[in-house]
Amino acid sequence: VPRNYDPALHPFEVPREYTRALNATKLERVFAKPFLSSLDGHRDGVNCMAKHPKSLSTVLSGACDGEVKIWNLTRRQCIRTIQAHEGFVRGMCARFCGTSFFTVGDDKTVKQWKMESPEYGEEEEPIHTILGKTVYTGIDHHWKEAVFATCGPQVDIWDEQRTSPMCSLTWGFDSISSVKFNPIETYLLGSCASDRNIVLYDMRKSTPLKKVILNMRTNTLCWNPMEAFIFTAANEDYNLYTFDMRFLESPVTVHMDHVSAVLDVDYSPTGKEFVSASFDKSVRIFPVDKGHSREVYHTKRMQHVITVKWTSDNKYILCGSDEMNIRLWKANASEKLGVLAPREKAAMNYNQKLKEKFQYHPQIRRIAQHRHLPKSIFCQIKEQRIMREARRRKELNRRKHSKPGSIPVVSERKKHIVAVVK
Amino acid sequence: MEAASRGSGGSGAALTGWRSLPKRQGFGSGQLADQRYPRCHQARSFLCELSGGVTWRKLAERTEASVQVSEFNVSCKGAGEKLVLSELLQPIRPKSALSSVKKELTRAKQKKAVELPLSKEEAKRVVREAAYVRTSKDVGKWQQVVLQNRRAEQLVFPLKQEIATVVPLEQMASAWKARTPLEQEIFGLLHKTQQPITDPLLTPEEAASLQAMSLEEARQRRAELQKARAVQSYYEAKARREKKIKSKKYHRVLKKSKRRKALKEFELLHKSDPEAALAKLEELEQLRMQERMSLKHQNKGKWARSRAIMAKYDLEARKAMQEQLARNKELTQKVRVELPEEEPGDAPEEDLASVTLPTIPAGASGANPWMLGKPSGPAEEPEVQESLGDIAVPGAAESKEEMEEEEVSEEEVSEEEALLQDFAQKRHMRQQRAGSPEGQGEELAVLPQRVGADETEAASELAGNSPIHPICAEEQASTGLEQPPQAQEEVLLSEQLGRVRTMEDVETLASEEHVEEQEQLAAARAEKPAAARAEKRVQQQEGGGAGDRRAKKLPAKKKKKMISLQAVLAGKSQEVQCPSLPVVMEEEEGGVDQRGVITEAFAGDDVVADFRREKRKAEEAGKPQPVNLVLPGWGEWGGTGLKPSTKKIKRFLLKPPPAPPRKDRHLPHVIISEKRNIHAAAHQVSELPFPFERHQQFEQSIRMPVGPTWNTQRAFQKLTAPRVVTRAGHIIQPISAEDVPDMTTAAGSGAKPALEIAPKRQEQPLRRPRKRAR
Repeated sequence: VPRNYDPALHPFEVPREYTRALNATKLERVFAKPFLSSLDGHRDGVNCMAKHPKSLSTVLSGACDGEVKIWNLTRRQCIRTIQAHEGFVRGMCARFCGTSFFTVGDDKTVKQWKMESPEYGEEEEPIHTILGKTVYTGIDHHWKEAVFATCGPQVDIWDEQRTSPMCSLTWGFDSISSVKFNPIETYLLGSCASDRNIVLYDMRKSTPLKKVILNMRTNTLCWNPMEAFIFTAANEDYNLYTFDMRFLESPVTVHMDHVSAVLDVDYSPTGKEFVSASFDKSVRIFPVDKGHSREVYHTKRMQHVITVKWTSDNKYILCGSDEMNIRLWKANASEKLGVLAPREKAAMNYNQKLKEKFQYHPQIRRIAQHRHLPKSIFCQIKEQRIMREARRRKELNRRKHSKPGSIPVVSERKKHIVAVVK
Repeated sequence: MEAASRGSGGSGAALTGWRSLPKRQGFGSGQLADQRYPRCHQARSFLCELSGGVTWRKLAERTEASVQVSEFNVSCKGAGEKLVLSELLQPIRPKSALSSVKKELTRAKQKKAVELPLSKEEAKRVVREAAYVRTSKDVGKWQQVVLQNRRAEQLVFPLKQEIATVVPLEQMASAWKARTPLEQEIFGLLHKTQQPITDPLLTPEEAASLQAMSLEEARQRRAELQKARAVQSYYEAKARREKKIKSKKYHRVLKKSKRRKALKEFELLHKSDPEAALAKLEELEQLRMQERMSLKHQNKGKWARSRAIMAKYDLEARKAMQEQLARNKELTQKVRVELPEEEPGDAPEEDLASVTLPTIPAGASGANPWMLGKPSGPAEEPEVQESLGDIAVPGAAESKEEMEEEEVSEEEVSEEEALLQDFAQKRHMRQQRAGSPEGQGEELAVLPQRVGADETEAASELAGNSPIHPICAEEQASTGLEQPPQAQEEVLLSEQLGRVRTMEDVETLASEEHVEEQEQLAAARAEKPAAARAEKRVQQQEGGGAGDRRAKKLPAKKKKKMISLQAVLAGKSQEVQCPSLPVVMEEEEGGVDQRGVITEAFAGDDVVADFRREKRKAEEAGKPQPVNLVLPGWGEWGGTGLKPSTKKIKRFLLKPPPAPPRKDRHLPHVIISEKRNIHAAAHQVSELPFPFERHQQFEQSIRMPVGPTWNTQRAFQKLTAPRVVTRAGHIIQPISAEDVPDMTTAAGSGAKPALEIAPKRQEQPLRRPRKRAR
């Protein structure tokens, strides 16, 4: 359609665009319905989850009663149930090719299972079972080779073909809660232990590299899948810390918004955002470079969220919680699902751009930032704000009344780091 | 001693010069020394002899080292010996025997001791540190990539486009086996019916059909097709070449040969297959008609005219003329057999004509006297009409046909006379036309109807002779009213261009109506399309009712009679004045009225004055007010009716400084309010947002519109491109070295600087993308 773009014919561009932006923001909030469905079937709290590396519709979950379930997300059904362990399923991971998966449990075993359900007349049995000496608390598979790592009192690196670990890495004596392979530089490992530290390992030299001791214990960590040296740690002190592994002295960003211990974290496959699960019964989405979350998900029935995963197509988020359910959320709350017509897509992009352009305008910001929170979280946030403010005031006062320079100003980033051990 | 000095190391050679000394002092073994130094011994004995041959008490010689050394045993062995100058010349530095040992000691001291092995912990730490440095270096090679990705305007995920591979069904099926009873049963059934279960999953028939089209065959077929295509292209090229040949003779010969060939074939066909022959005949008839419609054999060409002139004198020329005429006749002769067949086919086309011309004998087309070759003067006119109706193309064919018909009518007459007659006839026609303006007028009246059909022919028709009878023409004119509505539609569309603006226009339009027609006619010669359009417009105007029109037409014709053709022809083409619709004019009238109505309705309102007043008020309000601090009663008498003194008023009335000049003082039609609007302020940004450093930057970022209203489609797409694009249903794998083409090159050069500047840069990239986003 031929159009005349003479600016004189289309006056008031800023007010008109502002109106559009305001409408777009309002609509975004109106259509923000992130909750898609709940997968129920577990008979105890969901303790761990794993993504299928080749199939988007398949998700594995392990519960506190030792049961492992495989889910089909398109049908939102459980397609297979295995009684894998006695006691907790502590950790699970899928092999990079998607043919099998590993689980570790409280019964001191590592088990490898076929991804496909057993044929007719076949028994539901693991391919391999390794009986260890100690309890394994976590497991992760190498991204390219037939190697996996478990953690317990020490980090063990196993060859799939052997029943004894290739090497055991220790540094300190406390039990290690989670171990993760770097997805890009695949020889790198990160682990976090209950003695408040994060330790990095190199598989090639089979040595630990460096250790950071934080104020409180780190529960999990996750490597950025697009930036080799960046990882984020979910800490007990309600915060998440994004570190550059080359400069461990202070985290790159401190992400604070949770009001209780952060239990799990997972990066979006684009590496731009991550999702965190917390003991405060909410799930939050943080941009990697921002200190605060852009989204918070909660429902009335969702209890302490123990595990969370961001699906490999960057569209959905899965969280497993104490009350035995796995919930499926949209990663972008107001996104329209399904195929978009080109005009719809163009309109969506335009609206997105407008929202971005006018994001500093108070009305738009007010609408865009508005979120509903359950009262418990809301109150806790308020309380913590007061506490933080009090602490700040006290420090200010102390600084004011003491010799100049005697009380140094410590930045928020450095505050939480106790030491870096070489 | 010797051995000791040797054993101490490579310094033995340097010490040889001092070897005599230790022995002389009685440390070493004397015999050994004597043997070695015979000259020394001789000198000693010689000294003894010199002393007088007196044998002194034999001096005890100490041969081995003992703890107790007697003082008496100290010999003065060298006392009797002779001194040799040369010996004295040798340096007699007392050199302690321990010097070498000392040296060794110092050397040993200088050497660093091998340190104690480190403790296990420390050793591990060293290893860790080294490993950490190395690893962080390795990881640092991603720095450039990461920065690039963070700054990228748009990232499309997944980075590596995977090509979906489809596993063939056979492969899938071959791996699968029937296990459950149900499956086994089904398989059993399939086996029974000999259905294939595994590779290649084809029934025997299917296999056979596949076999039928083997690769060889397919190839062969392809080759054939290729060949056919090539041949076709050759043929096309050839045809094109032949078509380009300009030689008339060549074409004539070609045509003739073709015709002959066709005739022969037709005859053959007639014998073998009468049905096909009939079809062929029809085709031939079509060809003949085409030929007939062409101007080729009408004695109009250059050649024919020259022949006509020559015919009087030249016999050959005459013969040629005759031949030509004969050919013409042959062509124009209608084949009898076809006539009944032709009629139904033409019926729909001449529908209108047959309906509108009920008076004309219906059988005319069946027994056209012209076609029969029987010329008859009086019957001419109706026939013309008929032929008009008969042939689908009314205007175009008509003139030609007339010509032909005339010629045919004169065919009976002898050849010489025929020509002459022809000319005479033509002359006569011309005279008739000039002499009888009535007919001409009729013709002119007819014209408009035809214009729609063929504008180009109109002029030629006028110029050429048209022996149409007035009555007949009149009839035609009447029939013209019932022309297909399609033509009318077209007319309507083009009509809306012209407009009547005033009352006078309409009046002139009414009075000039007839004159216009003539003018249009004149113009038709010069610029046919324009004239035609104008004509149509006139028609449309009159299109209110057919009867009306008729009535109007008649006086118009009468008037036209007075206009000589010459005058019309000589008249220059004039610009046709655009006639207009009275409807439009009425609207215009109404518009004038409306204005009046509006002014009447809003007579009381003077908006301009109101505005002025408002502005004055705004100006007044904008002026700063003086502050009155006068308190009556202070320092003077107070009470009702008493005013404070002027002095006091002067003192306590504070006049504020004058306000800055108003922005709208030079704009009489504008009021600029500089007050802050609270309602608008709620929507405004109160402080500069973070990444911007100046408010201009921020304002600029807001000022530029991104919408499609202000930008072209392309620019709009570019401006609104999302920063991250993901595709539904695609798994996004973590980045790998293969995804980054310049990774290997960047790793070598870029790793180091990246590491060095990293601490500073580290936060920068995180902020940058945000800045770009605005």
